[in-house]
Amino acid sequence: MAQRIDVKDLNIFYGSFKAVADVNMTIEPRSVTAFIGPSGCGKSTFLRTLNRMHEVIPGARVEGTVAVEGVDLYGSEIDPVAVRRQVGMVFQRPNPFPTMSIAENVLAGIRLNNRKMSKSEGQDLVEQSLRGANLWNEVKDRLDRPGSGLSGGQQQRLCIARAIAVKPQVLLMDEPCSALDPISTLAIEDLIAELKSQYTIVIVTHNMQQAARVSEKTAFFNIAGTGQPGRLIEIDDTATMFSSPKEQATEDYISGRFG
Amino acid sequence: MTTTTAPKPAPEGSASLRELLQTNDAKRRRTDVTMRVLITAAFVLAMLPLLSLTYTVVSQGIGRLDGYFLMNSMRGVFGGMDAGGIYHAIVGTLQITLFAALISVPIGLLTAIYLVEYGGGKPLAKTVTFLVDVMTGIPSIVAGLFAYALFALLLGPGAKFGFIGSVALSVLMIPVVIRSSEEMLRLVPNELREASLALGVPRWLTILKVVLRTSVAGLTTGVMLAIARVIGETAPLLLTVGVIDSINFNLFEGRMMTLPVYVYRQYAQGLVPCSADDAACIPDINIQRAWAAALTLFLIVMLLNLIGRLVTRWFAPKIR
Ligand SMILES: Nc1ncnc2c1ncn2[C@@H]1O[C@H](COP(=O)(O)OP(=O)(O)OP(=O)(O)O)[C@@H](O)[C@H]1O
Ligand SMILES: [Mg+2]
Repeated sequence: MAQRIDVKDLNIFYGSFKAVADVNMTIEPRSVTAFIGPSGCGKSTFLRTLNRMHEVIPGARVEGTVAVEGVDLYGSEIDPVAVRRQVGMVFQRPNPFPTMSIAENVLAGIRLNNRKMSKSEGQDLVEQSLRGANLWNEVKDRLDRPGSGLSGGQQQRLCIARAIAVKPQVLLMDEPCSALDPISTLAIEDLIAELKSQYTIVIVTHNMQQAARVSEKTAFFNIAGTGQPGRLIEIDDTATMFSSPKEQATEDYISGRFG
Repeated sequence: MTTTTAPKPAPEGSASLRELLQTNDAKRRRTDVTMRVLITAAFVLAMLPLLSLTYTVVSQGIGRLDGYFLMNSMRGVFGGMDAGGIYHAIVGTLQITLFAALISVPIGLLTAIYLVEYGGGKPLAKTVTFLVDVMTGIPSIVAGLFAYALFALLLGPGAKFGFIGSVALSVLMIPVVIRSSEEMLRLVPNELREASLALGVPRWLTILKVVLRTSVAGLTTGVMLAIARVIGETAPLLLTVGVIDSINFNLFEGRMMTLPVYVYRQYAQGLVPCSADDAACIPDINIQRAWAAALTLFLIVMLLNLIGRLVTRWFAPKIR
């Protein structure tokens, strides 16, 4: 089901500013890959190129290839909408739609696309997705209440439920726990552990322990200085990265001797 | 050696703390009172003309405003006769304004969507913004002349019917709708657009079902304000639609009466010279009708605003 992602010679620009340079990496299917690195090194930027959300920003463009199971996402005949249907995304700040109820938020990917779905199918999908996101028990009595009435952690899990309701192959998460308390963080980490049996997951995090806990592979990005592009320093098995990284910079960053 | 110490609380204990808490700064109190008085005065000053206007319109107009007045036209009414109404003018005003809105809202909204969602500082967007700014400043009589001239070219000189008035009003309305819709669309957080796009929703559906849906309350308010702005226009309608005493439902043929023009006409006619032996003759009947029609216009605008409020409340995002 889930797909392998090959990134080759990727350069990412905001207008004339080169934010990320020369990324080559392979993301294994049905596993969790964590991106770590100092602030501003381009982790979010790179993550957003994996489902073509980068080009939503005016002036932003990409050189190189991102291939999912051999299909280049940036090929001229590829529809970005189709890409985003297969590669879902959870944002750093929870962003439920304020005009929709909890259930409607979960079904947003279907409803907003004008796809028809019978009421019972819809209910099933809502329950399935909310259970998948570990939120069902907390909200099952108030599915028709607005999503913005939930706590931050609940809202974030609602956004995850919304993302998995469209059944993507790949799930991108940009610091999904940065606004959450330890308990909600654990709930989401458990969720990631469950989801990886079906999805390819890429997660950006500033929390080393979290990267060590949830991921199979870790990629370290770094930036030489302001105005310079960010670069992928190395990517390896998480255990190797945290015990004996090949690069000095990685070791410095992981052990807190950075900068 | 230097030691830095963090500011510590006063050590004297709770008594001095209580004292500190109760200290009273007389100067701050005086400033506070002065500012309160000034702000209240400014508020009252701003309200005075409004209240005075409301009072005058209501007290002068209420006498003549009844079912008969609302349901009858001016057909066959002359001199100081105790008769005549504004039915024909209400019909005209509602129809002409409705059509003006039907023209302006789609054009205005689509332009605003282009400017906010697709324009992004392109030369075309900049040009449109500039032209909208220019349009905002057009005097209403010029808008009337424009519509008149446009239809004179198309249909020959002297054409006068309701739809021309709608076109004239929409010239005035479109820039207002664009400006207010643009502001409202810009208020929609980008995160919501991205959340929708990331679910694989195409851009047009994102705009239709997330951006417009989120800002619909503000958009409605903008449209209501634009309607209120044009519903009282007199000069362009006098020019393009003319005056008539009887009822005309056809927007595309024949002159029509409208409330502002009616008020103007009645008032301009002034007092009626009544002969002493004619008891049924009311000397200031025209003035009375003018005030009653003004009150009706006032009520229609209030009603529209009320509807706008309800729509706004209905569509506003809810937390619970
Ligand atoms: N919308 C934008 N327009 C122009 N430049 C941007 C934009 N977003 C990010 N950048 C620049 O791209 C570079 C990488 O930013 P990015 O957000 O990818 O960093 P990050 O690694 O995610 O940082 P953090 O850990 O703080 O989230 C930075 O230099 C940033 O200033
Ligand atoms: Mg980031």
